[in-house]
Amino acid sequence: MDVVIVDYGAGNLRSVARAVAHAGVDAKVSARPQDVLAAKALIVPGVGAAEDTMANLRAGGLVEPVLEYIASERPFLGVCMGQQALFDYSEEGGRHDCLGVLPGRIVRFPSGMTVPHMGWNTVEMRVEHPVFEGIPDGSYFYFVHGYHPVPSDDSVVLGETDYDGVRFPSVVGRGNVVATQFHPEKSARWGLQLYANFLRLAKERGSIAPAGMTA
Amino acid sequence: MLTRRIIPCFDVDRGRVVKGISFVELRDAGDPVELAAQYDQQGADELVFLDITASSDARTSVYDMIRNTADQVFIPLTVGGGVRTPQDVRLMLESGADKVSMNTAAVQRPELISEGAKGFGSQCIVVAVDAKRVGAERWEVFTHGGRTATGIDAVQWAREATERGAGELLVTSMDSDGHQDGYDLGLLRAISDSVEVPIIASGGAGEPEHLYDAFTEGGADAVLAASIFHFGKYDIPTLKQYLTDRGIPMRPVETDTPSPA
Repeated sequence: MDVVIVDYGAGNLRSVARAVAHAGVDAKVSARPQDVLAAKALIVPGVGAAEDTMANLRAGGLVEPVLEYIASERPFLGVCMGQQALFDYSEEGGRHDCLGVLPGRIVRFPSGMTVPHMGWNTVEMRVEHPVFEGIPDGSYFYFVHGYHPVPSDDSVVLGETDYDGVRFPSVVGRGNVVATQFHPEKSARWGLQLYANFLRLAKERGSIAPAGMTA
Repeated sequence: MLTRRIIPCFDVDRGRVVKGISFVELRDAGDPVELAAQYDQQGADELVFLDITASSDARTSVYDMIRNTADQVFIPLTVGGGVRTPQDVRLMLESGADKVSMNTAAVQRPELISEGAKGFGSQCIVVAVDAKRVGAERWEVFTHGGRTATGIDAVQWAREATERGAGELLVTSMDSDGHQDGYDLGLLRAISDSVEVPIIASGGAGEPEHLYDAFTEGGADAVLAASIFHFGKYDIPTLKQYLTDRGIPMRPVETDTPSPA
């Protein structure tokens, strides 16, 4: 199976590749648009700022291939910045247009809070999602981010996290797209389980969508 | 709810852990991979490796060490020691470090913080502040492993470091370090009240209540400790249970970890 991790210059590719390898899958880390288009499962990781992420995706000619891949309803996993980039735009460092796959924007945590939101926090799932199979609801995952999504369509919220009274979507998606604000590759047991689930579903059914959930 | 973090710290020389370790079941107490895996299983929330390799031709050993560790341990790794340039930051991140800690070079050339934050994101730039008390409520920054006084006010420096893009501060009290009679709570409180980023308390942990005090009185988001773990006085599950019982949110220790597929 062609599992592709999109290399657009983000720093944490190796950790993602290692988590995938831990699940027994040999992924291709690639910056080539044709690899994205040919993938059977696509992972977009990411750390850093929205502006740089989008600039790098554009410079690498990767925006169209990623959008085309997603439109073809093949399994997609976005992580951290790879999740935020899916929304319409980000307010990080001014307004920056993103991929517009999911409706909504990315905003900063209110001032006065400790930012980044850094450390282990719980995720409460709103839906039973196949990618979370076997992972107890309320499990801990590792977060590090100063911005979070505010979807304009509530149905894309799959899981939520509370940080000091601010409740934000920590798992979003629709159809064959799932994306997390936390870093599963740094979240020990349950993070590895999430990667294993994603890869197994992609391989066995070519789909990660929950039953009855349409794209 | 966001939990507070417990972070064991290892000193590494030429890719080997050199600070005393007391896990009896280890085959090789100097092997960073084995130690990291052990602490991961015990419920460590992150790990910090401090490279103290003096000889410059042995410096590359740290990259192999990071690579080997990150291949097998899936919790955040911070690496510090000898970081002088954005290229050093890049090499550590590419080897598998999630965060890079900088101290002396950042004081000498604060632009290093901004360059690191711009190039790789604030989330991976940790500024280590080594501070010594010089008055009732005043602390001075030291560099070069505590050997060089700078005349810089620690609280002011902490603020500048975060303005330049540090995503986290590692605050070490040189007065308390190694004494195991508690963190410098005044220093922690002065800095945690002055910055918005998370701070890691370091220097002085000897008893479970010292950790509790760092979180409550000191306002720390995480505690770093070496001796309290390495000498086997307390293990992480014991400390987490103690802190949980006293109302500090802690990530529970998982009792088993998945094996590779």
